[in-house]
Order: sequence, then structure tokens, then C-alpha cells
Amino acid sequence: MNEAGVQIPGRPIETLGQRSLMLAVHLGRVARFFGQVLRVLVMPRYRVQRFVNGCFDAGVLSLPIICLSGLTVGAVLGLQGYYNLARFGAEGSLGAVVGLSLVRELGPVLTALLFTGRAASATAAEIASMVTTEQLDGLRMMSIDPVDFVISPKFLAMVVVMPLLNALFICFAFFGGYLIGVSYLGLDGGQYITSLEGAVDFENDIAGSVLKSLVFGVLVATVATYRGYTSEPTASGVSAATTGTVVVGSICVLLSDYAITALWGV
Amino acid sequence: MGDGVDGSPAAAEDLRIEFDGVHLTRGRRSVFRGLSCGFVRGQITVVLGGSGAGKSTLLRLIGGLVRPDSGSVRIGDRDVARLPDGQLFELREMIGMLFQGGALLDSMTIFENVALPLLEHTPLGIAEVAEEVTRRLLAVGLPDTEDLYPRQLSGGMGRRAALARAIVTDPEILLCDEPFSGLDPVNVRRIEALLVELNQRLGLTMLVTSHHLESTLRMAGRIVFLTGGAAVTGTPQEILASDHPEIVEFLDAEGRQTHGAGSARVGEVS
Repeated sequence: MNEAGVQIPGRPIETLGQRSLMLAVHLGRVARFFGQVLRVLVMPRYRVQRFVNGCFDAGVLSLPIICLSGLTVGAVLGLQGYYNLARFGAEGSLGAVVGLSLVRELGPVLTALLFTGRAASATAAEIASMVTTEQLDGLRMMSIDPVDFVISPKFLAMVVVMPLLNALFICFAFFGGYLIGVSYLGLDGGQYITSLEGAVDFENDIAGSVLKSLVFGVLVATVATYRGYTSEPTASGVSAATTGTVVVGSICVLLSDYAITALWGV
Repeated sequence: MGDGVDGSPAAAEDLRIEFDGVHLTRGRRSVFRGLSCGFVRGQITVVLGGSGAGKSTLLRLIGGLVRPDSGSVRIGDRDVARLPDGQLFELREMIGMLFQGGALLDSMTIFENVALPLLEHTPLGIAEVAEEVTRRLLAVGLPDTEDLYPRQLSGGMGRRAALARAIVTDPEILLCDEPFSGLDPVNVRRIEALLVELNQRLGLTMLVTSHHLESTLRMAGRIVFLTGGAAVTGTPQEILASDHPEIVEFLDAEGRQTHGAGSARVGEVS
């Protein structure tokens, strides 16, 4: 726009170009950061205790929300599935419906979204507050690489616990579906389990679920650690890192879910 | 560059740390405009200046945490501003730094914090590390705090623990950002005595930023006063006798005491 408020031709293109360049620069920085993390992960100094602490923070502390969410999602699936299947007289397939929708899709995606909201945001906030209080600079001045000491153990822990939490979420959801289908709606328990067992196969469904949750784990861990590590050393920087992690992490999960499903049919 | 505090040329090897034409801009604000000054090896240099004069930034430049827009920051024959990361990490093994806020890792106990540099960079066993950590904590007046977390200490105690961490590897250069801030008079004396003792016993090169004028005058071998993006250097007596308007104003505000006479040298100002 000029002073008269007239749109100057070419300016939107210029803006678009600048934004595209900024995006490219940003993606380059993320890629370089990811490379740094991978480099220190394969180097011989393994920080086992810090990795275990990271697993506790990201995994154990996420258990309540994962278990409770799994139980309720399974219960809702059981209810919805039962009423829909009953219209076709196929209530006996409830186990299969609950199993397939959970293992292939809902389990990995919902676990990743819940994980992003709880563990990834907490990780980003913790790292960002370490930036604010000069703890990372303190490490640098002790000749200790913060990527090696702080970032990589947390990154690896997040990647490792994601499939485990996914498995737990799915188990609790199966149980929630069983409670509703069998205990509340009166389906036969054996039929529920048999239908579930028959529908879910290892190679296509379980392995696909693990693959998805691993990809989600890498994406969410990268976003959380990067946003924390590169945050501004202020209170608003911590807040921006936390919010950014939840927003960007969730979008990455949903987009990559579509990509994996479209490419590999998982 | 390279002049001694008395105006005579100093031997090049005496200047352990040297700033040469350092320019640094933060946003629209120019922090240093051609800063040139040297810090004598084995001496305690106190860096004075008003808020925002760049005292902490000066220490961060020496540690390579901030890179200048132009100019050089040399430690010995190495230009910190141009060292690649790997060599910078090697160089930092000879530097200890006390940050203004302590910068202790809040997920680790005081023992783990102080022991960290030893465990990372020395072959010492855990018993020797424990002995060394206890000794250093005792030296800064923090006995029986090994099992506490930084959040369980007051600000002053946290800073003393951070000082113990900064000196635990006996670095050649010690950078202290406001070590006396928030301390009671007894602990100011204790930390001051510890710094002087370390300087005398190990010949540490120390750079201390401070607003604490009394301590500054007692311990400083040399003072660097930052003003307008450049530096005025001299002995405490020379700085006290300076007629530089900003120094006069600063000292008046801090409760000026008249000691000796002399003249301060104004560093290169662009």
C-alpha cells in the first residue's frame, strides 16, 4: 500500500518472497539443530542417568493423562461403535472396530497430541527457562555443550517413550471399550476379544502404529527442544516457546499422520 | 593500545586479555564503539560503569558467549571472536565464570553443580571430587549444603555456590559478574578475601564487575571504567583522581573517597 492506500503491484509478491526466504532459513536452522542432536547422540559419551531422568519427566509424569484419556476414548468408541453397528446387526464386531481405529489411527495421534500438550510443552518451558537463567551459558563456560548435556538426553527420552505411551493408551482404550461393550451393554466378552484379535494384525497394524508414534516422537521432540533452545531469554520467551511447541507440534503430528497414511497406507 | 596504567608501554606478554577496536550493537543500541583495552595477566581488574554500560557484555565477549560485530578479543594469541566452536570449548577450560544470577543447574544439587566441571574434565575419582567440592564450598562459606538444591539457597548463597563451581578447576582466568551483589558485609569480606587469595596463590587473572566501591578499592590492581562504549583505565588511585565527568558523577553517587593522585588514561574512543 502507498500513502494513498493504493495497493502497489509487486509488493505482495515481495512480501511473499521474504516470508518464503525466512521460512527456508528457519527450516535450515531446525535441520542444523537436528543434525547437532543426532551427532551428539551417536558420540561415545552416553548420558544414561540424564536419559533416565528424561524418560521419567516425559513418560512417567504423562501416565495419568495417557491412561485416563485412553480409558475414556475407548469407552466413547465402545458406545458409538455399538450403536452404529447395532443398526446393521453387527454388534459382535465391536472389538474389531475399536481395535482397528485405535491401533492404526487414534492411538498414535491422540497420544502424540496429549504428549505434546503435557510433556513437550513442559520440556520446552524447562529448556527456555534454562536459557533465561543463563544455565545453558553456564554450561558453555564449563566447556560442556548444552546440546550434549541437556538437549540430546531429553530428545532421545521423548522419542523412546512415545511408542510406549502409545501402547499404554491403546491398552487402556481396549479396556475402556471392553468395559462399555461387555460390562455395560452386555456383549459377550469372548466375542469382543476374538473379534479384536482377528482384526488387528501385527505387520500392518501394530508395526504401523509403532512407526507412526516413532515419527511423531521425533517431530515433537525436535519442535520442543528447538523452541526451548532458541527462545528469547525473557519470561515472554518462555511463554512463546511453550505455546509454539503445542501449536507447531500438534500441526506437525496431524500433517505427518496424513502423509504417512497416504504414502504407506498405515 | 598496550600502554601500562602509568602511561608507559607494557610488555606484550603482560597483557593476557586484549580488546582491540571492538564494536557491538544490540538492536539499535551501540554497546561498544571501538572498545580497546587490555587486562594484565595475574591481576585483579574491576570493571566499573553505570547500568547498561556493557560490563556483563564485556565478560561475555571474553568467554565467547557474545561475538563482536567487528574488532578482536584476544586471549593470549587466540582471537575469541573468530575461534570455531570446538576450539572455543577448549579455550573455556581455562576460564571460570561466575554469572550474575549464579546460573546453577536447578535440577542438580549443589554438590552435583560444583562437581560437574571436575567430573567432565578431569580424571578424578568420585572420592577426590567429593573432597575437592567440600573444600571449595567451605572456602566460600557454605558448609553442609551439598545435598541442597539451588532453589533452597538464598540469592547470596547461590552466588557463593556458583563461585565455588567457577573456581573448582583452578582456572587461569576468572570472570566474576557482580560477585558481591546481594551479600551481607561479612560475606562480601569473605568473598573478597577469597578472590584476593586465589589471585595471589594461583596468579589468576581476574575480571570483576562490581558496584561495590569499597571492595573495588581494596582488591583492584586496576580499574576499567566503561563509559560511552569505550573504556577509561587506571589504578584505583588514578580513577579516584580522574576528572572525567562520568567517573566523577559515578564516584560521587557511590560515596566518593579521595585516595592518592594520578591521572587515568582514556581508552580509544571512536
